[in-house]
Amino acid sequence: MTQEFDDLLDKARRDVAAAADARTLDALRVDLLGKKGRITELLKRLATLQGEERKAWGERVNTLKDAVASAIETRASALADQELRARLAAEAIDVTLSGRGDATGGLHPITRTIDRICQLFGELGFETVEGPEVEDDFHNFNALNIPEAHPARAMQDTFYVMNGARLLRTHTSPVQIRTMQARTPPIRIICPGRVYRCDSDRTHSPMFHQIEGLYVAEKVTFADLKYDLQTFLSRFFERDVEALFRPSYFPFVEPGADVHMRWAQADGSSRWLELLGCGMVHPKVFEAVGIDPERYTGYAFGMGVERMAMLRYGVDDLRLFFNNDLRFLEQFK
Amino acid sequence: MKLSENWLREWVNPQATIHDIAERLVMGGLELEIEPAVDTLPQGVVVGRIVAAERHPQADRLQVCRVDVGQGEPLQIVCGAPNARVGLHAPCAIVGATLPGGMQIGHAKLRGVESFGMLCSAKELALSDKSEGLFELDATSKPGQPITDYLNLQDHILNLEITPNRGDCLSVLGLARDISALYGVNIKRPNLPPAIVVGHQQVKVEIDDLATCPAYAGRVISKLNPKARTPDWMQERLRRSGIRCIHPLVDITAYVMLELGQPLHAFDRAKLLGTVRVRRTRAGEQLKVLTGDVIELKRSELLIADDNGPLALAGVMGGFDSGVTESTTTVFLESACFAPAAVSGTARHHKLNSDAAYRFERGVDPALQRTALERATQLITEICGGEVHPITQVGRTQPEQVTVRLRHARLVQLLGHEIPAREVEALLGRLGITMRNEIGDAWVCRIPSHRYDLRLEADLIEEAARLYGYDRIPAKPYLAALAPSRVPESQRSLASLRGTLVARSWQEAVSLAFVDPRVQSALDPQTTPVPVDNPIADTQSVMRTTLWSGLIPAWTYNRQRQVERLRLFEVGVCFALRGDEVVETTRIAGLAAGGAAAEQWGKKDRPADFYDLKADVAALLGSVADQFRFEAATHPALHPGRSARILRGDSHAGWIGELHPQTVRALDLGTAPLLFELDWPVLREVGVPKTRALSEFPSSRRDIAVVVGEAVEAQTLLDCARRAGGNLLQKVFVFDIYRGEAVGKACKSVALGLIFNDYSRTLTVEEIDAATMSVTEALAREAGAQIRQ
Repeated sequence: MTQEFDDLLDKARRDVAAAADARTLDALRVDLLGKKGRITELLKRLATLQGEERKAWGERVNTLKDAVASAIETRASALADQELRARLAAEAIDVTLSGRGDATGGLHPITRTIDRICQLFGELGFETVEGPEVEDDFHNFNALNIPEAHPARAMQDTFYVMNGARLLRTHTSPVQIRTMQARTPPIRIICPGRVYRCDSDRTHSPMFHQIEGLYVAEKVTFADLKYDLQTFLSRFFERDVEALFRPSYFPFVEPGADVHMRWAQADGSSRWLELLGCGMVHPKVFEAVGIDPERYTGYAFGMGVERMAMLRYGVDDLRLFFNNDLRFLEQFK
Repeated sequence: MKLSENWLREWVNPQATIHDIAERLVMGGLELEIEPAVDTLPQGVVVGRIVAAERHPQADRLQVCRVDVGQGEPLQIVCGAPNARVGLHAPCAIVGATLPGGMQIGHAKLRGVESFGMLCSAKELALSDKSEGLFELDATSKPGQPITDYLNLQDHILNLEITPNRGDCLSVLGLARDISALYGVNIKRPNLPPAIVVGHQQVKVEIDDLATCPAYAGRVISKLNPKARTPDWMQERLRRSGIRCIHPLVDITAYVMLELGQPLHAFDRAKLLGTVRVRRTRAGEQLKVLTGDVIELKRSELLIADDNGPLALAGVMGGFDSGVTESTTTVFLESACFAPAAVSGTARHHKLNSDAAYRFERGVDPALQRTALERATQLITEICGGEVHPITQVGRTQPEQVTVRLRHARLVQLLGHEIPAREVEALLGRLGITMRNEIGDAWVCRIPSHRYDLRLEADLIEEAARLYGYDRIPAKPYLAALAPSRVPESQRSLASLRGTLVARSWQEAVSLAFVDPRVQSALDPQTTPVPVDNPIADTQSVMRTTLWSGLIPAWTYNRQRQVERLRLFEVGVCFALRGDEVVETTRIAGLAAGGAAAEQWGKKDRPADFYDLKADVAALLGSVADQFRFEAATHPALHPGRSARILRGDSHAGWIGELHPQTVRALDLGTAPLLFELDWPVLREVGVPKTRALSEFPSSRRDIAVVVGEAVEAQTLLDCARRAGGNLLQKVFVFDIYRGEAVGKACKSVALGLIFNDYSRTLTVEEIDAATMSVTEALAREAGAQIRQ
């Protein structure tokens, strides 16, 4: 009897282990444990037994039944795992293929530079203000202390329209004039925009961009101007910039200065690089816009956006900014 | 302006190297570069004098000279220069000499005759670009003197650029003044006694308007030696200033101008008739100027004229016929002060740039005329001899004394740094400004006549700061009340629109605002562009009225560089002429060409169409997209069946469409790109979101399909459905379009999704069916739609 049970268990275990899929395993389960299964049949023999014998038989068969059931269950779970693994393997994709849809585009380096400068000054309370590009003599020249015969007019070759009645602004300074006419101090503005000069060669474009700042309030000083520009340059270039203020002349400021920064050369030496012009707002400018020059003082500064972009991004040819070559533009994603 | 260092040091000589001086001048506000007078000094070249010259026995073109070099016997030198002659003084390279080009001079034999050196041309000494025979030196030069000493070759050239306010620096005297102020050392003025007047000839001078010419001094010098020659020392100084020597009288006027800053003009006295008059031009006058060109004078230009007519363009250039020549023996010298406003622009208008015009436009010391005339007289009599006649002076003899008030407190306030009052006095004093204390902390400052740029308190503060040194004014972190600006949430920024496009693969472009009128009129014939009066080129002669005129060339440029697909946008101002007004509108525009998506494995490649672009435009409209309508409309540059006007309410907002095939042909583009352009001001307002309660009840959807003619627009169906659906219809949209045999020719089936909902209750099936019914009935009635079963 024992031998019979052992043989049955051995055989059942071998069959279960050999079952290659869930269906075979299920058939085995029915064959062994089903209503008419072989082990169920063994249990049915209980009816013919009595007493101790019956008890012993029952225990033996149940032990056998548990052992077989457990073997089937283990195998079933192994088969399920196997099946899942196979499915997952079959469903695998090449994750290195690109996603559907487009990559992002990019902003023009001029926009990027203007945004950055406006942001840096914005944090100091400078509001971004814009103005018209077609201007008149008053806002572009006279109010800026550049009268008709002034040699500074020759420095800025002007494009005229409407038979000389209007002009394309040669700098963004008219925005300062318009703002000072419209508001009362304190005024803190930053004015980016396109400007135009009759000049076209490798280093000049007839249209380019400037950004100017103006701060007018009581007790604005040249020392403030120095600090603010020095700080700006260090923030813009994200390093300690050594700046130099040299006396210079712009009709609309006095004292006036050029700001230079120490620029490292490829050979390890360095030179002074002129970056921007600045100064204290000229009393005649205040007079032209109706601000009391005794009560208020102010500083103004201006810089070329292309120049800042060239230095920041290592662009060596001005023309790249305007011929819209995607190979160039796409470098500013 | 270029000047010799040695010349400058005769006037002011601080104990500093020329590079230190240059650095200090630059930090004082002048632009300046230093270069050596000659790159390499000649070694072993001395002044030689030809004492004998004989023809070379074997060569016609050569002469055998005997040259006195100041020591021992004269040297025998074979020379081929045609101007070699007895008595000539010329540079002589003796055996062992090295010329600037590296040439070594040794003992040589030329055609059998021994030669112990070489007589040199200016070119061989690297003093000139061309060789004009031997460099002829003054007969007073001393044989044997090293040529570097004689010509003062150990020198530097200061190459100076000034800002327009510093015309006073355009001379040795002017630069010496600034150096003197920066270093606090004195100027040494040369001795200049007035010339002894022996004659009594005078030319009558009259000035029509003293505002144009406040001062004029003139003088006749007669009995000049027409054979006189500009001495070597003067020629060398002029050469270092980049001035070519022409005639001793002209050279002397140039020299005095460089030395003192006063432009002078020499007229041949014999060619003047009657009164010399400073006047404005009259209609139709002409003048043959020194360059030989005859120029048509504009009305109201400032002239020097005599009884015969124009003699010179005042302060700009002399006339050809009245100028000095080799036969001039009597000269009339003009030393005048012309007002910048009176001469400004004249030189530029006639393209006659001259050193005189450059100076007068920036201003000339109004007290300098007599001094300059005396200095020129002194040099002329030294060099050309002659008899001096009295000075004729017209206009102001003494310029007005100018005073400016300066407050110490104001200086401190403007600079944000205290320069002590004593120091201010000392600094300004060095500029020749005399200061007198007024009440309180104010000074009354007397401005010297040559600083005509100093008229305001701020001018003096700048001078004090400049001499004190900007670098000594400390930077101070500012303390100011924060003034936060208004940030309206109801307005979006251009930056956010740019960001939307960039996120959808668009690349930003920046184009010139000047465009080709041909491109302009092909793209936007209905708008009048603003022409530029003085364009750089014909292809850049009008201002853009649409950004497409920049985007299309940019597309072409990139197609020529193998770019098939691109999405390019630009933000910029467009200009239109309306009546007498220029209207500026900031726009945002885009050009799409090539595939709907970048070529890739995961999407089927198909060309981008109107709807691809429309999706991008809708994204750009953003949160307020539903306030915009697209209306089929024709635009001269767009395909009439594939273009739409974009409106916000009744306001025009822009255009979208495919480029018209005719425009494609006119501009030779090959294929049509898709374009859009929107007016930024119409896009700006986005409002602030206002929330409403959420419905707690389920919504129900009904789908209907209607068959309509091809011409019926989706917008019509949607509008009609929305009206008919009433309050319960929460949303309606097109989810399919079908064309085919089942719906018949020239028709389409449009599938609409209807979403019904109410905030207070669950809708009954009957209510929804009734509402759907009223929608289908309205569609049938108003749009001729058939319900598709």
